[in-house]
Amino acid sequence: MALVTPEVIAQVARLARLRLEGPDLTRFTEQLSEILQYVQRLQAVDTERVEPTTHVLPLSNVLRKDEPRPSLPSDTVIALAPAQRPPFVAVPKVIET
Amino acid sequence: MSYEPVIGLEVHLQLSTSTKLFCGCLAKYGAAPNSQTCPVCLGLPGVLPVLNERVMEWGIRVALAVDCQIAQTMKFDRKQYFYPDLPKNYQISQYDRPLAQRGHLDIVADHAPKRIGITRIHLEEDAGKLLHEASQTESYVDFNRTGVPLLEIVSEPDLRSPEEAYQYLIELKAIIEYLAVSTCNMEEGSLRCDTNVSLRRPGASQFGAKVEVKNLNSFKAVKQALAYEIQRQAVALDQGQRIRQETRLWDARALRTEPMRSKEGAADYRYFPEPDLVPFVIDRALIARMKATLPELPAERRRRYQDAYQLSAYDAQVLTQHAALGELFEGALRCGAPPKPAANWIMGDYLAHLNAKNREPESEKLRPEWLAHLIQLVDDGTISGKMAKDLFVQTLERGEDPRRLVEEGGLKQIVDAAALEPIADEVLRKNQRSVEDYLKGKTTAFTHLMGQAMKLSKGKANPQQMAALLKRKLEQVPS
Repeated sequence: MALVTPEVIAQVARLARLRLEGPDLTRFTEQLSEILQYVQRLQAVDTERVEPTTHVLPLSNVLRKDEPRPSLPSDTVIALAPAQRPPFVAVPKVIET
Repeated sequence: MSYEPVIGLEVHLQLSTSTKLFCGCLAKYGAAPNSQTCPVCLGLPGVLPVLNERVMEWGIRVALAVDCQIAQTMKFDRKQYFYPDLPKNYQISQYDRPLAQRGHLDIVADHAPKRIGITRIHLEEDAGKLLHEASQTESYVDFNRTGVPLLEIVSEPDLRSPEEAYQYLIELKAIIEYLAVSTCNMEEGSLRCDTNVSLRRPGASQFGAKVEVKNLNSFKAVKQALAYEIQRQAVALDQGQRIRQETRLWDARALRTEPMRSKEGAADYRYFPEPDLVPFVIDRALIARMKATLPELPAERRRRYQDAYQLSAYDAQVLTQHAALGELFEGALRCGAPPKPAANWIMGDYLAHLNAKNREPESEKLRPEWLAHLIQLVDDGTISGKMAKDLFVQTLERGEDPRRLVEEGGLKQIVDAAALEPIADEVLRKNQRSVEDYLKGKTTAFTHLMGQAMKLSKGKANPQQMAALLKRKLEQVPS
């Protein structure tokens, strides 16, 4: 039983900005299906009386005071990017039209 | 055919905390580009975001001010998309467990009171800022804004006209200003607004396909864009076309909306719980503490102005739109100014001045005692009403007490009869024609004589006294 189709894989790849073509598409479709089938075994567990869990740590309300801490120097930051035009990071032209 | 517009608004509010939402970088506007970032807000590997306590407190204050139900537990989620202003490739936001839900805001539009529902209020981080000038091939990114705390306030689709949408925004902005949690400056982007609008036949229970309009840079733009969009959709429906569910951008120069190409294809944000931030249990004691810190809000202040100072509903509305106007008004009253003249000066000359200079009342340095002094100078006859108008402009432009300006500039009105006499005499001597005309019964000639007298006194003669004096002298002229 195929849980995912090559179309779904293509869509996920597009969302993740991955280039997947031809045999790769087939290979990942099979692999991801197997993984999902394995995970599907969890469906057998009765969760009727279990609260949904979003976090596994017994922690809540981790807060900090609104107090400033030093930032990184501007040149250090823009040097991390593939392209720069100090004091900015340069990216391919994007304009919303 | 006639249609009923159905409008909802999404307001993004930058909170003016000292630091960002999840890190200690300053959240200050206008700093040198890329000088306020760190590994947390840049999303470098291995970092841990920690929630700013003040953001939660201020969020609760806003939620209480619009009567929302505050969540017992809230959590954060990742909203994932790629864009060059988003260094982590996801935005930390709140999806299914927001800070607050189900509130409302009362407005008055077209003389009718109306309650507008608020669907939800949630916390999220801002993205960086893209600059598009100077190059055909590149855009530039400033990440200072990345991670600045935002409060998103979503209204129910309860608004039925551009005017109602406008009034909702005015009232919401006033409330936020009173709470002093944001600068609410649309030009600087600390308050942003998107709107959804659809049309349906009156009485229909189903909504039509909704169009989202973005790029609204002022409240006026919201009103104009909605009016345009309502018209556009009505024409299309009349022609039997179907309205496409889409996002459009407002073009403030061409005064029209255009489809936004980059949003084609349904967005797929794949929200999931943010693993780096544990849930937050909102203690009832914290809510009670925040409730106790709420200031008097605009609606309450409006009622008080009407009850305590006998101001009209309209006057009270204008004076409470900006927290600063109300403070000026009450400050002037504390310095002895009577309510109605103080209200009139603020609503008339002062607002006209602010509009002409395109300034906000917060940035103006008019001290309440100056306004009180000005009113007093008119009341005790030191200056005329007309002189007061000029003096008010001087006060604003020079930033000085009108009392001092009067003493310095010799603006004082001439009320001394001995000083007025020679002026009246000279005017009558030099304007024989008008005197004759007046005596022949041509009353308009008097206006001319009065004008000459005021001119000769450089506007300083007390007009009532001068008029009486001239009339007395004219009666004495032998005919």
